[in-house]
Amino acid sequence: MTANTTEKTAVQTKPGSQIIVDTLLEHGVEVLFGYLGGVVLPLFDKLYDSPIRVVIPRHEQGGCHMADAYARSTGKVGVVIATSGPGATNLTTGLATAMMDSVPLVALTGQVRTELIGNDAFQEADTTGITRPITKHNVIVKNPNELAQTIREAFFIASTGRPGPVLIDIPVDMQIAQVPVTPPQPIELPGYRIRERGHARQITAAAEAINSSQRPVLYVGGGVISGNASEPLRKLAKKANIPVTMTLMGLGAFDQNDPLSLNMLGMHGAAYANFAVQNCDLLVCVGARFDDRVTGKLKAFAPHARVIHIDLDPSSISKNVPADIPVVGNARHVLTEMLELVEYKERKEWFDQIAEWKKRHPLRYDQNAKTIKPQYVIEELWKQTQGQAIITTGVGQHQMWTAQFYRFNRPRQFITSGGLGTMGFGLPAAIGAQIANPDTLVIDIDGDSSFNMTLTELSTAVMYELPVKVCLINNGYMGMVRQWQELFYGKRYSCSSLKSPDFARLAEAFGAVGLRAEKKEDVPAVIKAMLAEKRPCVADFRVDPEENVWPMVPAGKSLHEMDGLDIFEMA
Amino acid sequence: MKHILSALVQNKPGVLAHVAGMFAARAFNIDSLAVGRTDDPSLSRMTIVVIGDDRVVEQVRKQLAKIVTVVKVQDFAGMDVVARDLMLISVACPPEKRPEILALVEMFQGKVVDIGSKFVMVEVAGPENKIEAFIEACRPYGIKNLVRTGTVAMARQPRTAVVESEEGK
Ligand SMILES: Cc1cc2nc3c(=O)[nH]c(=O)nc-3n(C[C@H](O)[C@H](O)[C@H](O)COP(=O)(O)OP(=O)(O)OC[C@H]3O[C@@H](n4cnc5c(N)ncnc54)[C@H](O)[C@@H]3O)c2cc1C
Ligand SMILES: Cc1ncc(C[n+]2csc(CCOP(=O)(O)OP(=O)(O)O)c2C)c(N)n1
Ligand SMILES: [Mg+2]
Repeated sequence: MTANTTEKTAVQTKPGSQIIVDTLLEHGVEVLFGYLGGVVLPLFDKLYDSPIRVVIPRHEQGGCHMADAYARSTGKVGVVIATSGPGATNLTTGLATAMMDSVPLVALTGQVRTELIGNDAFQEADTTGITRPITKHNVIVKNPNELAQTIREAFFIASTGRPGPVLIDIPVDMQIAQVPVTPPQPIELPGYRIRERGHARQITAAAEAINSSQRPVLYVGGGVISGNASEPLRKLAKKANIPVTMTLMGLGAFDQNDPLSLNMLGMHGAAYANFAVQNCDLLVCVGARFDDRVTGKLKAFAPHARVIHIDLDPSSISKNVPADIPVVGNARHVLTEMLELVEYKERKEWFDQIAEWKKRHPLRYDQNAKTIKPQYVIEELWKQTQGQAIITTGVGQHQMWTAQFYRFNRPRQFITSGGLGTMGFGLPAAIGAQIANPDTLVIDIDGDSSFNMTLTELSTAVMYELPVKVCLINNGYMGMVRQWQELFYGKRYSCSSLKSPDFARLAEAFGAVGLRAEKKEDVPAVIKAMLAEKRPCVADFRVDPEENVWPMVPAGKSLHEMDGLDIFEMA
Repeated sequence: MKHILSALVQNKPGVLAHVAGMFAARAFNIDSLAVGRTDDPSLSRMTIVVIGDDRVVEQVRKQLAKIVTVVKVQDFAGMDVVARDLMLISVACPPEKRPEILALVEMFQGKVVDIGSKFVMVEVAGPENKIEAFIEACRPYGIKNLVRTGTVAMARQPRTAVVESEEGK
């Protein structure tokens, strides 16, 4: 600093807060989500005059989910700001959610003055300490001259390689300090290397394994979406003629209306997807991480398969399932190169077998029930939106039914908390996605208990006149938990139901529109009315309270040992 | 199995917390950890001894390398390495036992660094098994205090291997 002040005459200076805003603008930030507090006042003062649109959530967690969905739905970096102490701790659920699902975020938190750090000062929290395991990287800035470069590094780290949230903790004195304006330096991070291009020999080996396989399956995940690899994936699946199954995070990476789609695999995946995985001779994993919800009992997962694993993060490879042919690289590049090397194979027996599984075990529910089946609501919503809406969810049964019955046809269309499973994600995520995609229909398919957690953000939707829709699958239960209690705890429904408010009236009180469907016949009309609405709208569907999600691989069982396949034969 | 990992890290605040936090969060076991400066003021060296089978240690290595402030990680498994611990040990030592204990210190190429009427403080450096052996040899006299560094290690260059071949006995 001293070196710079001696040259004061030559160098222009600005307050740190202005430097922060300028650096955000330099990265093309148009919108950010931020909540005020004492130690971010200097920053908000500069945002006041900036062209950046600041969206105020009602709770920092909501703001973080909004930034998260903004990022997921566009591929850009989401930005969130919170004050020190309680503001920062309120971010944690949002950061952990983004971390688990590899979402690029930059979080800026205010911090108490540098000289007070460690003194239990007012609203002090060890933010970098608290957020270390739930961020890709975090730093505290203690030299105002490093502000701009630290923000540049944060954007770089958040958005490259395996994306993730980066937090910068900024003591208030850093925002006030006069800082010399210097041109951007090249980013030097000696410990941060990314291998974008796969190894040519590994790519060739993978292509040869594909060409010689009789029963291959492509198992693709969130990495295909975040890596913008859907197009090369589609071409590869078509050219080599391989069926494709997706993880929850991968839904939309491959058009589910395509005959090659096996839809979702895993604990609540389609039976035919799970059977295909268990019987395949080659599993081609692209940008997925062999999560335990996907593999079931690890030892018995895909027992006959050689495994190709294409992933940008070397630590994902052979973490849970050893890879026979590991390819470290960006799915987009690797698939594009593989495309040149694969050949079309008919594989008639394999596709006949799959067709038979599809015929015998389709995803289904009781269409003749007198009650409103939750699956029916989602299927009807899918029809009326022509499958084109951006969908967000809470966590629970409604999330699984959405994964099963809304057919996604494009990447970044389905926004859900998979890794952390954060109830309350749905509404703020819908708001973030709507802000990023003002001309697209955005619907939060939510559960009653999940919605209860963050419904205060309805007032954000009203304030910014966002036409988000909440399609509430209201079963009066923490349904997913109740299902486990039914199946594994002898139907003892301990603490798994809530007394909810009248959601439709509550929505009206917020200044939104409230609708309700109590009878099956009402469902299509209520959906229609909801979709016609230009204001934020909550439609409360009173669904069958004790419907279950089928099929289900019970914990500890292997993937083909699904319950619920014969549910209709039994009935 | 024990693995020695050597990590070059940026000499920045918070790096140790990043590394230690990662080990705790992922339930990896650290046997010992030694941190020190290098000849380059911007870099520090961490030598980490971990226990685990090869797959676990491979995951440890990858997770370490993933930390933004960690520049380079090497697993010394299967390599010819020089590994050393340093220990200060204070042993009960009444005057009549002195000759015995000093002979022991001599045998282990240790150094007496402090002495009183009832104790002797000894510095011993060497491979871990030598340190362990010295501790066992002292135990009958009574150990009053003991402090050890974690292991530090460096891979041997193939051509110098002969020169120092007496090491590690
Ligand atoms: C109630 C509930 C039930 C669930 N049930 C299921 C279920 O039945 N089935 C299911 O699938 N999931 C289920 N999940 C979700 C599950 O918990 C995981 O979140 C999900 O399976 C992980 O998806 P993924 O493997 O695609 O990994 P992601 O978390 O999306 O990780 C992406 C992977 O791709 C890599 N990557 C990132 N970018 C690139 C790139 N450009 N190129 C290459 N690689 C890249 C990353 O390194 C990472 O390894 C459930 C979740 C909840 C809450
Ligand atoms: C923040 C949070 N707390 C607790 C849980 C555990 N949990 C998972 S699903 C679930 C019930 C969800 O109920 P609801 O939102 O009504 O959805 P439903 O299963 O009924 O469709 C609970 C409590 C969680 N995932 N997230
Ligand atoms: Mg519910």
